[in-house]
Amino acid sequence: MKIFSDIGRYLILLKNVFQIPENPKLYRKKILFELRVLCLDSLPIIAVISIFVGAAIAIQLAANLSNPIYPRWITGFSAREGIMLEFAPTMINLVLAGKIGSHIASEIGTMRITEQIDALDVMGVNSASYLILPKIIACVAFSPIVIVVSIFLALLGGWVAGVTTGVITSYDYIDGLQLDYTNKSLIISLVKGLVYSFIIASVSAFRGYTVSGGALEVGRASTKAVVESCITLIVANLIITNLLL
Amino acid sequence: MIEIKNIVKSFSDKRVLNDISTVFETGKTNLTIGRSGSGKTVLMKSMIGLETVDSGQVLFDGKDMLKMTKKERQLLRETIGMVFQNGALFDSMNVADNVRFPLRMFTNMTKAEMSKRVDFCLDRVNLSNAHDLSTSELSGGMRKRVAIARAIVNNPKYLFCDEPNSGLDPQTSIVIDSLIKEITEEYNITTIVNTHDMNSVMGIGEHIIFIYEGNLWWEGTRHTITQTKNNEFNDFMFNNELTKLLKASVNKKEE
Ligand SMILES: Nc1ncnc2c1ncn2[C@@H]1O[C@H](COP(=O)(O)OP(=O)(O)OP(=O)(O)O)[C@@H](O)[C@H]1O
Ligand SMILES: [Mg+2]
Repeated sequence: MKIFSDIGRYLILLKNVFQIPENPKLYRKKILFELRVLCLDSLPIIAVISIFVGAAIAIQLAANLSNPIYPRWITGFSAREGIMLEFAPTMINLVLAGKIGSHIASEIGTMRITEQIDALDVMGVNSASYLILPKIIACVAFSPIVIVVSIFLALLGGWVAGVTTGVITSYDYIDGLQLDYTNKSLIISLVKGLVYSFIIASVSAFRGYTVSGGALEVGRASTKAVVESCITLIVANLIITNLLL
Repeated sequence: MIEIKNIVKSFSDKRVLNDISTVFETGKTNLTIGRSGSGKTVLMKSMIGLETVDSGQVLFDGKDMLKMTKKERQLLRETIGMVFQNGALFDSMNVADNVRFPLRMFTNMTKAEMSKRVDFCLDRVNLSNAHDLSTSELSGGMRKRVAIARAIVNNPKYLFCDEPNSGLDPQTSIVIDSLIKEITEEYNITTIVNTHDMNSVMGIGEHIIFIYEGNLWWEGTRHTITQTKNNEFNDFMFNNELTKLLKASVNKKEE
């Protein structure tokens, strides 16, 4: 039963979030700020994970598909499909759910328990919109960049690792990457990214915004935000994959 | 003028406010006093809609806040300044930006005009050198004073202060009290102050309500305080070490 009331409260919160701002200029500044602290600051970890996981995927595939009955382009081809369809959107966003989700929930939750949100409300500011909308916009707007960077670096990591360890030649890998390439995988990947980043920002903001109690509850809300973002994201992944493939 | 009628508020099955009615007049410093836990903060938050009441009316110059549409309530709130019990400063902003925030949000002032107004308000709370401090660098009393500056920066019609001088030294308390009284009279604000500070009561209490266990137990001015026969109220006001000491010394002289 609790889950239904939570979903209801989440939707009501979203309704308050998507309202025309009192002062768009302030919102613009906040969006730029959130882009910096939420998104740009996540690029290093995205880069590191992409490169190393891409490398591991390529080596793993090459080892498993070394039997001569497979065509030589199969490693590059499979790496491309796996990275574009699942790794870059889903796995990277799971990592971001941990980093960005806990950040958003604890920031907004702390503002709640120290009455900063009440202070906004008393001034006549739509606190839900003022605090949450810029975060959602920043995360969603940044998600295509995350996806493209991650795909590029993962494939690059695969190439470097495969070639330097000698499990695959540069020609075969690149040949595989280019085989039958259409933009469909990229589009699916980008769509997933948009949906996931919306889920992460909004679910975490919901958990932070509805905290009551003290510091302990903020910690709990932050954990809850990450867990629930991840689960929602995985379910959404299944749905999108079914719909789009 | 703010008039409250028959305010009732419970948390689950615990009744915290029991049928409270009174009138807070414009241009006067109205005090709500009572022991810790008596319901002062809940009453104040109920009046501005931060807590939802079970029943009752809160009339801001005749208009019931509880019946307003969201838009109306938002517009009303732009005319309200509030000092929270523990400041509620925005900790992502420095002192000057905290005070400037309502101006940026709701006015079309130029940067220069805003800075002038912020300087003026920070000056009034004796914080003219604190502009660039972050909120974590402030002492408790400074936080209170920044909160007051933020509450008055946009010329509110209604000013709510939840224990503006708890945790301050007696001198600073008096400064804050007289500041609140001064602006109330100067700008003809309807001011409501929660307090359990006796100096405030005697210093600025033009209209006082005494809340006891969620009930309005006594109502009057600082001039009628000594004439009341209400036991709980007398106990609250006069049963402390200083008054006992004074009484004893008076009795001694009389002997
Ligand atoms: N969110 C809440 N949930 C349940 N009970 C609450 C809540 N907020 C306040 N109360 C209860 O309401 C009563 C009145 O609390 P309130 O904060 O108004 O006291 P107060 O008069 O402001 O005290 P103080 O002088 O210590 O600030 C207390 O008994 C408190 O336990
Ligand atoms: Mg209180």
